[in-house]
Parts: sequence; C-alpha cells; structure tokens
Amino acid sequence: MAERANSHSDPHASRTQPRTRDRDREEAAARIRHLLETEGEAVHAQASVSNVRRAQVYEETDDLEELRTKARAIKEDAIERLPELIETVREAVEANGGTVYVAEDAADANEYVANVVEDAGGESAGGTTEATSDATDATGASGPTVVKSKSMTTEEIDLNDTLEREGADVYETDLGEWVLQVADDTPSHIVGPAMHLSRAEIADLFTERFDPDEPFETAEELTRFARDYLGERIREADIGITGANFVVAESGTLTLITNEGNARKCAVTPDTHVTVAGVEKLLPTVRDLEPFVDLIAKSATGQPISQYVTLLTPPVESPTLDFASDEPIAELEDEDEDGDDREFHLVLLDNGRTAMREDDQLRETLYCIRCGACSNSCANFQSVGGHGFGGETYSGGIATGWEAGVHGQDSAAEFNDLCTGCSRCVDACPVKIDIPWINTVVRDRINRDAEPEAYDALVDGLTPNAETGGLDPGKRFFGNIGTVAKLGSATAPVSNWLADAGPVRDLLERTLGIDRRRDLPTFQRECLVDWFEKRGGEAASRRRADRAASRGDAADVDREAVLYPDVYTNYVDTDRGKAAVRTLEALGIPVRVPDLPESGRAPLSQGMVATADERASALYGAVAEDLDAGRDLVVIEPSDLAAFQREYERFLPERSFERLREHSYEVCEYVYGLLENGGDPTALSTSAALAESDDRGDRGDPIAYHSHCQQRTLGLEAPTTALLERCGYELRTSTAECCGMAGSFGYKREYYELSVDVGERLATEFEDAETVVASGTSCGDQLEGLLERDVPHPIEMIAPER
Amino acid sequence: MATDTVGRFERALSDLEVGFERVAAADASERIASILEAPAVGTELPYDGVSQPDGVTTEPTAAELAAAETGVTPASFGIAEYGTVAIESRPDGDEPVALYPDFHVAVVAASDVVPDLGAAFERLEGHLRGAKSLVFATGRSATADMGDLVHGVHGPGAVHVIVLEDR
Ligand code: SF4
Repeated sequence: MAERANSHSDPHASRTQPRTRDRDREEAAARIRHLLETEGEAVHAQASVSNVRRAQVYEETDDLEELRTKARAIKEDAIERLPELIETVREAVEANGGTVYVAEDAADANEYVANVVEDAGGESAGGTTEATSDATDATGASGPTVVKSKSMTTEEIDLNDTLEREGADVYETDLGEWVLQVADDTPSHIVGPAMHLSRAEIADLFTERFDPDEPFETAEELTRFARDYLGERIREADIGITGANFVVAESGTLTLITNEGNARKCAVTPDTHVTVAGVEKLLPTVRDLEPFVDLIAKSATGQPISQYVTLLTPPVESPTLDFASDEPIAELEDEDEDGDDREFHLVLLDNGRTAMREDDQLRETLYCIRCGACSNSCANFQSVGGHGFGGETYSGGIATGWEAGVHGQDSAAEFNDLCTGCSRCVDACPVKIDIPWINTVVRDRINRDAEPEAYDALVDGLTPNAETGGLDPGKRFFGNIGTVAKLGSATAPVSNWLADAGPVRDLLERTLGIDRRRDLPTFQRECLVDWFEKRGGEAASRRRADRAASRGDAADVDREAVLYPDVYTNYVDTDRGKAAVRTLEALGIPVRVPDLPESGRAPLSQGMVATADERASALYGAVAEDLDAGRDLVVIEPSDLAAFQREYERFLPERSFERLREHSYEVCEYVYGLLENGGDPTALSTSAALAESDDRGDRGDPIAYHSHCQQRTLGLEAPTTALLERCGYELRTSTAECCGMAGSFGYKREYYELSVDVGERLATEFEDAETVVASGTSCGDQLEGLLERDVPHPIEMIAPER
Repeated sequence: MATDTVGRFERALSDLEVGFERVAAADASERIASILEAPAVGTELPYDGVSQPDGVTTEPTAAELAAAETGVTPASFGIAEYGTVAIESRPDGDEPVALYPDFHVAVVAASDVVPDLGAAFERLEGHLRGAKSLVFATGRSATADMGDLVHGVHGPGAVHVIVLEDR
C-alpha cells in the first residue's frame, strides 16, 4: 500500500492540483445540492419509514440477537468454504438436470448468458411459430424476449446492455426496475431501486411514454397498467432471468424473495431459466436458510416475512406455460420425466469476489445479504439517496465494500466520504457487518493512493509519520484536530479573533475546505486539565468527595474516577468537563483529570488508520496504571468512548481491549450507576419537581434530549434518559438517527448543505422545546447553529452549582 | 395444541387481510364453490373425501389459466407464526394456478399447520433434498414501487385459506 507514495513525479501536476481540489469540492457540493433538491425528499419518505419499521419489528422479535448471530456464523463458514461449496452446488444442480457456469468477470458472465439467450430464442422461433409472431407484433422486433426479475448482480455486470446489443428484447418485471428501464435511469437503492421518483413523476413519465386514453394518476392505475403490460411480456417470453437471494449448495435450491410475485412468474413461465448470482450467495445446507428467511424481510422493510419466499430447485416440476397451445398445462404421467422440458443455467459470478475473500478487510462485505437496512438507517443516505451515496451499482454504507471489490477503489472513492462513521447501521445489519470499519479502511486506502499537493506544507507539521501519500490537507487537519486545538487554546483569544476574520476563513475554505458558513469552535484560554490542577488537583477532589460522603450523599461504592479530557472538553467546551467533575465529587467519587492522549477518533474519521492505531496504543499506555489501580475511566464524548469500546478491538491486544472496555463508562451511565447504588439525587441540581415533592406528583421541567449516534449503537442512550428522569425532568427524545454534523463532516465545504439538511430534521423535532440537551459535541454544535440557542450536555443540567 | 396452532394461524391471516375458514372435509367442496369467482381453475386436492367443485376447471389450458379469476390449490403446509401457506410446484401446475389468477384459494389440512418457521424448515428439508420446489406465500402480492402501497401486482390481490379441520 505504502509504495504508491512516490509514484507521482510530475511537478506540474502537483502545482495545478490545489485548484483542482478546490474545484472538486465545489462540484461535489453542487452535485449534492442538486440531489437534495430533486431526489432527497422521495428517498427520505421511504427510507426513513422502512427504518422505523425495521426498528419496530426488531424490537418485537425476541430471538433477534440469536438469529443475527446465527446468520453471521453461517456466512463466515460459507465464505470460508466457498471453493468447496461451488463444487457441491455444481454437483447438485447437474444431478437435477441443470448447468452451472462460474463466470470470472462481467464480460465472461455476459457472454455466457447472451449465448443461452440466443439459443433459447432460436429454439422458440423454430418451435412455436405463433408465439414468435405474437412477440414480433408486440415489440416490433424479432429477437428473443427476455423477462427479468430484480437483480442487483445483473446491474453490476450491465447484462441488459449486452443482451439488447445482441438483439434481445429485455423487460424488467419488478415494477421499480421497470420504471427505471422506462426512465433510462439507474437504481438509487439496492432494495427499492426507484425510490427517488415520486408517484407524480412516474405518472408523468408513463403518460408521456405510453400515451393512455386518460393520463395516469394513482399508484393503483399505474400498477394495474404495469401488471397487464408486463404480464403479456412474461407470457410471450422465451427466457426468464432472475437473481437469487441465496443458493443452497447441497440441494441446488435457489431462494427468491419478492413481494410482487414477478420472480415466480419469470422463473417458471418460459422453459428456459437463467439465474445470475454472486458466488457469495451460496449457503451450505437447506437448514442454513432459516435465519436468513426469518431476517431478510425484517431488516429490509420491517415486514415479519416477505410475501413470496420461493424455494426453487430447478429444473422445476411446474409445467411450462405455452399460451399459444390449447393442450392442458399439466404434465401428467404420459409426459416426459419431470422437468425434462426445462433448461436451467446457474451463472455464479466472481467478478472480484475471490479477491475480496482473500482481503482481510473486505471479506466481511461478502456476508452482506443486500437488505438495504444500512441505507435506510443512514441519515446521509436518507437525504441524498443512492445516486449520491453510491457508486456504479451499489449504494449505502456497504457499497464502499462492494464497489471497491467489484468495480475498483475509484468507484468507492466517489462517495466513501459520505459515511460519517455514525455507526447506526451496525445495529441494523442482520449479519452484523462492521460497515463503518469497511468505510474507514477503504478511505485509508484511497488516501494512500492520492497524490500529495502544494498546500500540504500548511499542515505538514500535523502529519505523523504513520500517514504517507497525498492525504487531503483538510483530512489531515481534522485528523489531527487535537494538535490544532492545543495550539488554538494556547493562543486564545487571538486564535479565535483570527479564525473569525474574513481573509482567514477564505483561506481555510480554499485550502482545507472548511465551509465559511460554519461557526468555528471557540478555544478556551484555560483548558480543563489546567483548571483542574489549579483548583487543587486530585487532593482537592478527594477532599470534596469525602465531604459529600460525610453528608451522606455518596453512593455506596468505593471507586475513583479518571475523567477523560477529550479534545473538545479540554480545549473548547470546558464547562461540561467541570460539570462532570462536580457531579462525580458530589456523589462521593474522587476524580483525576490527567493530560491524556487523543483517542484516535479524529484520524479514524479521516481514514487515517495507522495514526489511530498509534493513538490507541498511546492512550492505553497512559491509562494502564489507572486501570491497574482499579480506577474507572469516565468519558464525556461518546465518539471517544465508541473508539475505546468498538474500534480499539482492532488495535489493541484482546486483553488490553477487554480491560479498557470493561472499565470505561459514558459519564451519564456512570452517574446513573452511582444513583442506583445509593447516591443521593438531591445532591445534584435536579428539576424543581423532584426538589419540591417527594412523590413526584408534579411534572418535572421538560427537556428535549438528542443522544449521540455512536452512543446509541453502544446501547447507552437509555442510561442518560433514565438519569434525567431520575433527576425529575420530563423527557422527550429525538427520533432522527444522527445530527448530521459528525465531527468534521459538517465543516467541510462539499458537505455543509447535506449536513444542514440532516440536522434540520433533528432541529425540527425540537423547535418548540424550551430546553434542548445533547451528548455529543457535534450534535450540540449543530443544534446550537440551527436552533440559535445554547445546547448543553446533560451532565450540565444535573451538576451541582459549585 | 393443534387448535392453538390453527388459532394462531387464523390471527396471523387476519392481520394480513386474508380470508380464513375452518370446514369439515365433507363440506369443503361446497364451501369452495360458494366463494370462488368464475371462471376458476384448480389442481387436484389430495385430501380424503375432498374434490374440486364442478365450477373449477382442473387440468386447464394456458388460455384458461390466463382467463381465470380464481385459482384453487392445496397447500403442503401452513405456518401459523406468519400466516404462510406453502405451495408445492407439482407437475399439475399448483404454482401457476396459485399465482396467475387474481384470487387464490388455498386448502390446507389442520394437521399440516405447523407452529413456526423452525417447524416449517423440518418439513422443507425433505422437500428440497428431494429436488422439489415450493413457495412460502404470505398474504397478497404487493408493491409500493408506484409511489403507494398497491395489492395484486403480479400475484393474487386476494387470498382465502380453507383449513380442513378433520384432516
Ligand atoms: S451490509 Fe448489512 S444492512 Fe447493509 S445491505 Fe448488507 S446485510 Fe443489509
């Protein structure tokens, strides 16, 4: 990976690049703006509903975790045994009377299918003259007629183009795919491919194209028309092409999952059936299908099960349907052996998948069952859809893995930055893929392949040795935000005045891509660590904790805490740090606030994996003694806690990781635990209602609370809501998955408008709320900007005054 | 226990807006005749003492299939948990008969209604290993691709399940 760094030798190129990068940002911003305006609304309407339904049905499914764990294990095993499974399925399909072809790449697969189609067309021309002439009337062409059910894999290889070039008439029969075919458009979602088009747009398109007596208006009319039109195409078809959701190796059974019923028709009506499926669709046994059949509709649309789960073991025994014949369709005893009049081809597509399997980071992508839950749960996806958040074929969070694997890194580079690592998809994915990690790794690879540029000198001092190559200077700046903040704090308030000055903002925008519409953080002259030392450090803290104990306020536990001074708490938002210190002391916990290394969250967001890895080791080294001494690491910023508890698993030895995970806590989770263990809530600054009446008859002060995306994924929203309620507040929580700010994302010029679009959905939920609190720095910043008011951390609501 | 399972099956079907009734095998033919919309096609009902009523064309031609309003087929089994009927792809055409007409009537023996997906897979294993094909059909064909939820796209827009309580 690293050698590429020296491959750029043209000095001219590097001189002209900065302007290019600036222009690239402008173009990216324009593209996103256009999608927000034209497609965002329609995509959001459907994707967000599917996401809510998915969350509901997950909630109602008692054995959900068991199913996900099982599904994951089956996939791991299947991909491990892939070469063997290919041989097993070949034997099974051939024994049944079908053919298996393993296609190396798109061209190979297309050529094979084109030949099958040509043969099938030829046969039908010779056999049933009448049917052929029907087809000619209907289509004005004489090539074979192909009907298809929805298949992203055939989109991946552009099969339709090939077949049409060869003279076939190809009809998509999934209504969404057919709409795209009529519109000459591409899928914007892996499950609902035409999600970006509204009913009105489809009605206009169809009215123009098919010129009905009355213009189309309702979905009902459009659906009926589609049913009739496509029904005729299916009846006259020479060949049916389907994808497969799963392929069972031991029996040669295909699983097709649809709600419309078109895949059933395409598979069994014509006498020739071709299935194109990625090799990763193979599962060893029939029994292995069970958790997937149970999960896939739940994760995709929130339905308990899809309408049609078709389990075909071709060639099937169902009679073929020849609509020109007046013989009974049934194939009774005197006919040939079962299924003998049918032809079946299973085309297993490699197209990069074998290489993905051998790639330790991309392998997980092959476990994907393409349910689209990661798209639906993604705030950025909901706003721009798959035409923005997607590559050549695939879209949404996992598309980075798929595109990098099947179309190459360049296709992934187009949209990879749209994953902010919020991790909401992690809970949604039925096979537990760490989608944010795949995005981080691919971003790292893209960074390393990029060319360095002239402005790099500006941020060169920030680049640790771990990162080589032409990392975008903006990325380097944000990836090293700790150093920036330290400098900013040391030189405050001058740094703040400077940062606000017009020419400086202009420079920041052009070089680092920091959007000038965004307020920059205001650095504090005195950082949290210095404040704590000045106030008497650990010794003073112990005295305060002891006083609380002697008042009887303390929790009945013998603990000591190390408060983690994350970059923002330490240099920018020191108030929440001070609030945390006071709260812990008031409940009898002595606190330390040492100067600790950065968590690595910032470089992780920028795809600087090696830097993050170094930070993880440094951080662990710095807290190891505290952990050994039995102290708890209390963390305010959820994204840093998420680094300790999720990503560090990849950087630290297992024992170190487990140790840190076990002893690190989100601050409100920790405080709630203290109250549960006898800490006295009245020692805190509680809502008036609790103070005034013990029986809580009065309602407390209302509070609107937005948890943090990564905090939710850690399952840590509940302790904060419980804590605030315990302290007498009447709570309302947000439904929006993410605030849209996501660390540096909302600062970047190309993403500013998208970030605001996402943030506004959250802000709208809280518009009329009197008090709004948020756990994350980013969430707070975003909400403060949009609601134009203070948005403190929950700990600031409950901290005692002094 | 079987009664509970059938009761659960009934509730799931009602959530799916699928018609449901329990009848004695001896009355099944008459009940089918009274609910179908003509023209109707069907396949052989493999239950003791049950046959398709006169109004149902068995061994239809493709044209009769295309023109039919109702298709009557047996279901190999039902899954109570989800309100699913399993239709096997037999040579006499259960799959197209259950799929093409707008109204599908599925006939299932009470003893073939299994509680959940796990139990269904136990049956399925035998089927698929024997190179059979079947479909788990749950509710009515549906799409939201035209901008709103519509039933009856490529598959049936209405479904009715008849449980033979003594079979
Ligand atoms: S990565 Fe997971 S959530 Fe996303 S499409 Fe694949 S299986 Fe579904």
